[in-house]
Amino acid sequence: MTTKPQQSRWLRFARVVLPPMVVGAVIIGIWYLFSYVVLDSDRRFLLRAPHEVVRKGFLDGDNFGEIMSGLASSCRVALVGLLIATAIGLALGVLMSLSKVLERAIFPYAVVVQAMPVLAIVPLVGFWFGYGFYSRVFVCVLVAIFPIVVNTLFGLLSADSGLHDLFTLHEASRTTRLRKLMFPAALPAIFTGLRISAGLSVIGAIVGDFFFGQGEAGIGQLLKKYASRLQGEQLFAAVIVSSALGVTVFLVFGWLARAVVGEWSEESRGR
Amino acid sequence: MSDLSLRDISLTFPDGTEAISSASLAVSRGEFVSIVGPSGCGKSTLLRIASGLLTPSSGSVTVDHSSVGYVFQDPTLLPWRTTRRNVELLAELRGVDPTIRHERADRILSTVGLLEFADHRPRTLSGGMKMRASLARTLMLEPAVCLFDEPFGALDEMTRERLNGELIEIFLAQRFAGVFVTHSISEAVFMSSRVHVMSSRPGVLLEPIEVAFSYPRSPELRFSPEFAEVCGRVARTLREATS
Repeated sequence: MTTKPQQSRWLRFARVVLPPMVVGAVIIGIWYLFSYVVLDSDRRFLLRAPHEVVRKGFLDGDNFGEIMSGLASSCRVALVGLLIATAIGLALGVLMSLSKVLERAIFPYAVVVQAMPVLAIVPLVGFWFGYGFYSRVFVCVLVAIFPIVVNTLFGLLSADSGLHDLFTLHEASRTTRLRKLMFPAALPAIFTGLRISAGLSVIGAIVGDFFFGQGEAGIGQLLKKYASRLQGEQLFAAVIVSSALGVTVFLVFGWLARAVVGEWSEESRGR
Repeated sequence: MSDLSLRDISLTFPDGTEAISSASLAVSRGEFVSIVGPSGCGKSTLLRIASGLLTPSSGSVTVDHSSVGYVFQDPTLLPWRTTRRNVELLAELRGVDPTIRHERADRILSTVGLLEFADHRPRTLSGGMKMRASLARTLMLEPAVCLFDEPFGALDEMTRERLNGELIEIFLAQRFAGVFVTHSISEAVFMSSRVHVMSSRPGVLLEPIEVAFSYPRSPELRFSPEFAEVCGRVARTLREATS
């Protein structure tokens, strides 16, 4: 029998890190190619070179400070929105899992909320509730609630019928069944929903802010301002920061899911 | 008075098909009875009726429902609980005091040889170990009546035979009234004091075949001509019932 030689840690590390780094380098190369070769100098504002973006967007204290405070504002909105969406979503999911009638009564409206285009809602929300913090949170909740509702419901209903029989045989009450069987069984699905909703909540916060265009400036308003003033460097920096926020949220909730249910759930392992 | 008695049980599904037709069965503590039949003959359905999970169309079930154990075809363990916490589940649902529960769980875990896996989650256990945990969970409550719905059907031959022996040992210690559903004739004969053959569509319980071998039974019994003779009788009855 031949055994595979142990790969050194470095080699394994390089195999994981190198491929995306190569692609990143290629993308930056193409970016430079466009900035300096394809575009004339008088049209270069369309795509500023990467080092210009870094210099003016990230290293310039004023600009970076503005972007960061916008980011902080959007973060707060997204976080509060996500918390509220989670609370309402969990409650609705549990409610619907209790009876088929309630499921039939509520589920269609959850779908309607999901199907409504955000763009159509945002002006209405501003019209009704003004352009303050809570209106933005409201938009986030609308955008983020559906995955939590659906995943909670399907998660709660996913518990094995044999296990339900077991609980029935031993005369478990409804709350015991929910607490000891259905809810733990739903956790992996709930975390999947949470991860999707967290990303949506970030998008909701930015889109809401973008279209409100008033009140405390979040990333959305900054994007709009930089675009209208042709400040390409800051625009790019704001876009990069927004994506970084989205990626961070995705990673954090993935980590959270693994920490809570990773030990037993097949679903949340190795992702 | 038997600890479990089914009298004239019939079950007709809403679409009119008759699943079980006037089945009667009486099992007392200290008896281990098997029901053998082709798949789909209604043996599992009969167990569900005996446990109270299903109500028959006619007939009566007499049993103390608070003292019925049920071991399912699948181990049905909670994947998020450790072996110990899984084994404790039913006692927990029954409101058994935690200290008594822990103590009993430890005892039954050592009986089924799972003590060193007490803190493992089901995912890391083999099929045989999961089934042992499932048995331990039910038998920890020391039920008066214990129903087994083909619990070893998914296991390999060697594990199955070992578990047959282990279950009989627990049976001899606890002396519950056992009803064991299976489609393996040798498994039924090896464990039982009585084997009922069930015909299919509709499920009818035929005259039982007595198995006279005394307990405890050694694994060598399986190779004896007497054992083969009883198995042959069950097989013939089964063939006649299903042809």
